[in-house]
Amino acid sequence: MLRVSGFMRTKERVIHGALLLCALVSVATTAGIIWVLTIESLRFFSEVSPVEFLLGGRWAPLLEPRSYGVLPLVCGTFLVAGGALLVAVPIGLGSGIFLSEYAPPSLRSVVKPILEVLAGIPTVVYGYFALVFVTPEIIQPLVPSADIFNAASAAIVVGVMIIPTIASLSDDAFRAVPRTLREAAYALSATRLEVSTRVVLPAAMSGVVAAVILAFARAIGETMAVTLAAGAMARLTLDPFVSIQTMTSYIVQVSLGDTPHGTIEYQTIFAVGMLLFLITLTFNVIAQRVLHRFREVYE
Amino acid sequence: MTPTNDIFLPRLARRRRFGVIFSVVCAGMVVLAVAVLGVLLASLVQQGWRWLSWDFLSHFPSRLNPEKAGVKSALFGTLWLIGLTAAVSIPIGLAAAIYLHEYAQKSRLTRFIELNIANLAGVPSIVYGILGLAVFIRLFDLGRSVIAGALTLSLLILPVVIIAGREALAAVPDSIRQAAFALGATRWQTVRSHVLPAALPGMMTGVILALSRAIGEAAPLIMIGALTFIAFVPDGPMDVFTAMPIQIYNWCDEPDAIFQELAGAGIIVLLGLLLPMNAVAVGIRAWHQRRKAW
Amino acid sequence: MCDGLFIRQNRKMLIVSLASLVLITGSALGQEKISGSVKLDGSSTVAPITIAAAEMFMEQQPRIRVTVGISGSGGGFKKFLDANPSLRTDISDASRSIKPSEIERAAKLGIEFIEVPVGIDGITVMVHPSNNFCGHLTVTELKRIWEPGSAITNWSQVRKGFPDVPLKLYGPGTDSGTFDYFTKAIVGEEKSSRSDYTASESDNVLVRGIAGDIGSLGYFGYSYYAANRDKLRLVGIDNGNGTPVVPSLDVIRSGSYKPLSRPMFLYVNKNAYQRPEVKAFLGFLFDNARAIVEHPRVNYVALSDGLYGIGLQRLDTGKTGSAMASAGKDVSNLVDVFSNH
Repeated sequence: MLRVSGFMRTKERVIHGALLLCALVSVATTAGIIWVLTIESLRFFSEVSPVEFLLGGRWAPLLEPRSYGVLPLVCGTFLVAGGALLVAVPIGLGSGIFLSEYAPPSLRSVVKPILEVLAGIPTVVYGYFALVFVTPEIIQPLVPSADIFNAASAAIVVGVMIIPTIASLSDDAFRAVPRTLREAAYALSATRLEVSTRVVLPAAMSGVVAAVILAFARAIGETMAVTLAAGAMARLTLDPFVSIQTMTSYIVQVSLGDTPHGTIEYQTIFAVGMLLFLITLTFNVIAQRVLHRFREVYE
Repeated sequence: MTPTNDIFLPRLARRRRFGVIFSVVCAGMVVLAVAVLGVLLASLVQQGWRWLSWDFLSHFPSRLNPEKAGVKSALFGTLWLIGLTAAVSIPIGLAAAIYLHEYAQKSRLTRFIELNIANLAGVPSIVYGILGLAVFIRLFDLGRSVIAGALTLSLLILPVVIIAGREALAAVPDSIRQAAFALGATRWQTVRSHVLPAALPGMMTGVILALSRAIGEAAPLIMIGALTFIAFVPDGPMDVFTAMPIQIYNWCDEPDAIFQELAGAGIIVLLGLLLPMNAVAVGIRAWHQRRKAW
Repeated sequence: MCDGLFIRQNRKMLIVSLASLVLITGSALGQEKISGSVKLDGSSTVAPITIAAAEMFMEQQPRIRVTVGISGSGGGFKKFLDANPSLRTDISDASRSIKPSEIERAAKLGIEFIEVPVGIDGITVMVHPSNNFCGHLTVTELKRIWEPGSAITNWSQVRKGFPDVPLKLYGPGTDSGTFDYFTKAIVGEEKSSRSDYTASESDNVLVRGIAGDIGSLGYFGYSYYAANRDKLRLVGIDNGNGTPVVPSLDVIRSGSYKPLSRPMFLYVNKNAYQRPEVKAFLGFLFDNARAIVEHPRVNYVALSDGLYGIGLQRLDTGKTGSAMASAGKDVSNLVDVFSNH
């Protein structure tokens, strides 16, 4: 059968079309997310001014007197995510450098899977870990006046959760730096430390920065661990040892009460969800830009 | 010629010392990461160990008699979810990957699709939950059913499946395709008979890893309302359900210490599902690396 | 074997066998246990009762599936009165009586409901176990602490002589009947409360919070206190007559724990009650009400047997509408209320 028949041509076209449709599901998903969030958010903003929402400092949508300033939620979210970075960047970056510059292949093949296991643990387990271990054994002995639900506990476990992200992405970035650069430095009598920090790290910087931003975005979107560990009190504070509320745990709190259509409480889910979506989208896009635009091109 | 300016001294000993300190610090970071994992697993085992038994797997959760509580309804719910999510996300995801890698031209549409996928991969899981609530429960009127949960989870892992599928396809050398085309095969014949079989192990690895992520998600399921007292096994896709992460969260939410331990046991069961899945995926990847004919 | 000739020749016999098969199966199913599902949702205070009933009931009738959600009294009513019939619940757990706006909505949607009392709860005010300075609080003091705009952030501001300890507040969220009842009884107006406290439907958050903070103060249903006695400390309530009353099951049963003891209700969809599985479940609950409500893990006060009988009668005769609403102001004698309205 060396000739392609008319039937086969049609069949090929149909298959092409079907595959394209499957690929378009992703576009439909994005469209769906934007549509769903926008419609209800618009209803919300018809009653609450965007300025009050974005700049107001008091979040009390369910109690009289009502107030719809989202800053406390955003502040709580960034407090936890920032704290998570404090934990994850040193450990993740250090591990990444160790894996790519120091570890012999045998050690690599052991450590990398262990990091993958850390990455595969469900987030609810991290929340549980915060409740039964981090808060009683770490926070309370060190800071006895800390609330039982606090941002620090959540930040620590979320940090542990994103260590694999930073470690493996930065390891990939380091390995992308060609050996010739390292060898040239060694030839000039640099020590391994100097090669790692002054040659490899700057060369891989775009990848490392992108990794950190991506990890930050993941920490912002994290739900279960903060719901279990950080508390349910929306307040504008930088104190990591009191209970706070993040955007994600607020959405969970309201959904557990399951408010249906029409009420303004229902609409807050979408307004906060929209804000969350836009924030994570922004960080993801920035990470991708950093990765592509500032990537060093080697020959 | 000896240098007169201090900065040109080699100071080898000092630099070497710093080097050693640095390498110890980096190694220490790795040890710390591994240690944290160890502590986590140890505290889990310590909390939940004494509840693990066949009874735990075959009993339903009970508030009245926690000593007799089990995860049967949650376990079956999770198994139903794995099945349905796999049935939906694997065909669609792999088809999309095939389209993007084998068929698509470099056009604005293609770039737009790729941009969408990359962005969707970073959207928080709770936003997918909101989407599922609005679309599957209200718009499609599926109620709080297993299929609504599975569809929501499918959307969640679709970007991951597509990306993994593309990587698997990209690893297949082009020469295989060229050879098929040279013999007059159509594109679909090439893909179906030559590329897909070669890419299959890589695809399976990616799919299994994506599914194991789906199983661990609780946030989207909470949004669609899986959080109730459920003491039976789902009868069909339209039935209400609960799932392992939800049951664990429920137990974490009861202050009585015994429920804490039950939650630990539940987590051990969940990990008992996940870790073998991950191991199989990694095993397939390793086997494939060794067996590749190219 | 299944070709046309065989079927044509043996048609009569096949029809008879098929018919008898159907009859036998039908009667066999009829004699077997009933199947179906019963959906409940609502108050997390009432949930321990209905979950206990569901567990015990399903042991006897494993083919009936009872699900219990905990969206709060308000959330439960929203689902009970959902515009979409397939999303509607059959029974709503409520730790407060139905509101006029909810009655209106039911009328608008054509939903007829039957109100039955199911038990008595005493909302309990708790502090940290090491709190040795606060043994009781008056209603007036509670009101000053919880009213909207309250500036009290320290125990020393509550009463002269209390130490300088920061006050940390915990309580249920706004979809909770407990919240509605407490605000009405203490602050004077439903849903009127200060907003800077840790609000949660999750008793875990509340118990852990109160048990973890030396200056904490919180309130929720007695059942959750009883389940966590070792982590919490009770506060007696002085209703203005000078003698503080510390709640316990006996005290609540005697009726002297005022103003915080309150009846709990089930609201049953009249159409749903016609289904055998719903009837069987409610029948089981009322037949065993005392054992269920006063089960050591449930810990509420059961009503008198007579009152449960009246409730069952309302269900069987299909008496719709809210007795609590028609009874007006004085609803302290439930037997009166439910016999006469």
